[in-house]
Amino acid sequence: MTTKHENYYVPAQSAWPIVGAIGLFLIAFGAGNYVQQLSTEQSSGGYILVAGIAVIIFMIFGWFKNVIDESMSGLYSAQMDRSFRQGMSWFIFSEIMFFGAFFGALFYARMVAVPWLGGASNNAMTHELLWPTFEAIWPLIKTPDGTTTEAMPWTGLPLINTLLLLTSSVTLHFAHTSLEKNNRKPLVIWLALTIVLGVVFLFLQVEEYAHAYQDMGLTLQSGIYGNTFFLLTGFHGMHVTLGTVFLLVLFFRIIKGHFTADKHFAFQAGSWYWHFVDVVWLCLFVFVYVL
Amino acid sequence: MSTTTHDTVAAHDDHHHGAPKGIMRWLLTTNHKDIGSMYLWFSFIMFLTGGAMAMVIRAELFQPGLQLVEPNFFNQMTTVHGLIMVFGAVMPAFTGLANWLIPMMIGAPDMALPRMNNWSFWILPFAFAMLIGSLFMEGGGPNFGWTFYAPLSTTYSPDTTGLFVFSVHIMGISSIMGAINVIVTIVNMRAPGMTWMKLPLFVWTWLITAFLLIAVMPVLAGAVTMVLTDKYFGTSFFDAAGGGDPVMFQHIFWFFGHPEVYIMILPSFGIISAIIPAFSRKRLFGYASMVYATASIAILSFLVWAHHMFTTGMPVFAELFFMYCTMLIAVPTGVKVFNWVATMWRGSMTFETPMLFALAFIILFTIGGFSGLMLAITPADFQYHDTYFVVAHFHYVLVTGAVFSIMAAAYYWLPKWTGHMYSETLGRWHFWCSVISVNVLFFPMHFLGLAGMPRRIPDYAIQFADINQIVSIGGFAFGLSQLIFLAVVIKCIRGGEKAADKPWEGAEGLEWTIASPAPYHSFTTPPEVK
Repeated sequence: MTTKHENYYVPAQSAWPIVGAIGLFLIAFGAGNYVQQLSTEQSSGGYILVAGIAVIIFMIFGWFKNVIDESMSGLYSAQMDRSFRQGMSWFIFSEIMFFGAFFGALFYARMVAVPWLGGASNNAMTHELLWPTFEAIWPLIKTPDGTTTEAMPWTGLPLINTLLLLTSSVTLHFAHTSLEKNNRKPLVIWLALTIVLGVVFLFLQVEEYAHAYQDMGLTLQSGIYGNTFFLLTGFHGMHVTLGTVFLLVLFFRIIKGHFTADKHFAFQAGSWYWHFVDVVWLCLFVFVYVL
Repeated sequence: MSTTTHDTVAAHDDHHHGAPKGIMRWLLTTNHKDIGSMYLWFSFIMFLTGGAMAMVIRAELFQPGLQLVEPNFFNQMTTVHGLIMVFGAVMPAFTGLANWLIPMMIGAPDMALPRMNNWSFWILPFAFAMLIGSLFMEGGGPNFGWTFYAPLSTTYSPDTTGLFVFSVHIMGISSIMGAINVIVTIVNMRAPGMTWMKLPLFVWTWLITAFLLIAVMPVLAGAVTMVLTDKYFGTSFFDAAGGGDPVMFQHIFWFFGHPEVYIMILPSFGIISAIIPAFSRKRLFGYASMVYATASIAILSFLVWAHHMFTTGMPVFAELFFMYCTMLIAVPTGVKVFNWVATMWRGSMTFETPMLFALAFIILFTIGGFSGLMLAITPADFQYHDTYFVVAHFHYVLVTGAVFSIMAAAYYWLPKWTGHMYSETLGRWHFWCSVISVNVLFFPMHFLGLAGMPRRIPDYAIQFADINQIVSIGGFAFGLSQLIFLAVVIKCIRGGEKAADKPWEGAEGLEWTIASPAPYHSFTTPPEVK
């Protein structure tokens, strides 16, 4: 319980939320139409979607600029800082639950759905009547309806990617400690190194996808193995992309001389996010690739 | 202890001058009261919209045989009615109440993240415009039930399912941002001396609700995403031919869905725990046990999801586990009902409209709780599943539970919001019309269900005709009764007897220490809580 109370800060009216609402609407409406038009000649949905993304990027720029300006002019109290930190932590918690849904699907498919189709538990008749030749194995390289694929081995690119991402967490940590000691030069170097590692990771991820699609016949349509593989690694990749952009913004802010040794919420948030993305990858590596 | 920040930036000076004028006030606002009002009005509009769809359903079911609408349109009505009432009416109403009340109750000037607060609200109307708009598009709107079970929502769903998916995404984003705001506000913005065990129960229940929201809304997002890829991108999460399983959909959905039903009732418990003591002129009995009971319900809510799927098929061990866990929830819920009754025991009670709604809540919600207990019994559920007994059950907990508590809250705090007393006569008319018609509407549904009438069907066997007619008449009467509420609220905003700062003799809490109507910025300096 805090007994001393700091200044309150309630921001004045802001146009960014309503701009963001319109942007999000355009994204949702555009994407909703886009998927509907996949099998047709039309493409209006795609344009609306792109327009929505542009509006959201515009909003993020403007909104964050406001927040950064307010922060730099010293309007924020310790209470605001705590609010931001806790807000970020809860946001990351919600992200964990989002990945949880897909990990849940992976575990359910692997431990329940596929074995049951193979006749496990009391499902002998299901197996006999539906797909008697179906073999319940994981990775599921042959689905009940006969789609075949190859399993992605954990050696090679995935292993390299794991090492890259783990290293990037360490370099980011060094950047953070440099910031706390106010050593600007090592801070810039470590952060730049982290960003490079993130970009290389993404590049290799794209390579892996290309390899999967072109050489292995492992696609989004390859049954439950390919589904969980691409949705988990895909959403993770999107988060790495977002995290890399986040770190890039921090990089430019540091070049401009933002942040002090004891006040650097944005850096902290970016670092939390990056570590979170890293932990998700570790789970991915273990449950999607190795086991 | 001051607001010196306002002097540093000239642009922020307008804070002390009250609300800006015109439409821009609402579009650009960062004020928790403005945002709360918008949430409440939005929720009421959605309540009437979803209610109109319920009227279509009841009109169709007035007589056996196909009468008014096509079966497919009937399905769209049941689906969109459910989605609107859950995500558009009940949840935004609670968020609106949270916005209005939590800062006043804990002695804060506003929510912790005011701009994000505005964003959370303004994305909602867009989401519902999209959802309702899809009804008028080619192929029609969602017709697979609000639970959108696969393969109804994948293989057999209309072309517009993508719009449904993305509108649910937006609703989820809105809820998560709103919940983050509530938690951060409660944790960080309490006035000095407002310790955890002094928090009003509405604040406590909302804190726990917010945690549930952040935990399960992303899971819903995951579920709709898999529906989207199954339908449009050739994945087979819910298709056995590709190694997936439609049963998996139900597990993921109800992992979200069961905490969701507590999201829609925990804030009600907080409201009732404020109103019952106020009109009994006694302190709440068993405050601490209320807090612990709320937390227990929240934790248990993660362990009971499969009681929605007893007939779907799962190992007997799992059925038993979920049955016992579900029954366990009756214990903390019983603690709550006991405490409310014990609060009234030997209290000097009066029966103004908020109290009437609160009392009706306790009795009727308990009926819904008991029918829930019946449904929790696995072998019995095989009989009740997907019948009107289930419809009766969840409407008792959601209409006479959640909605009645929202009505009670509106009457209780209207004087604080508007500065005027509402018309007690009209309020009582609203209450008695509602409480009688709602029972005519939902109570006979129990019998329909026990006799075997399935839910979500536009036609039914001839022997159900009489009871369906009674139910429909109750439905129309309940729908019309809500127009009285609209009249009360508009009348109260426009004028009426001036409300005192604390219009209820027995009311407790910081919100009654400030003027009525509450000033645009309530606590610019934090009050000391003794």
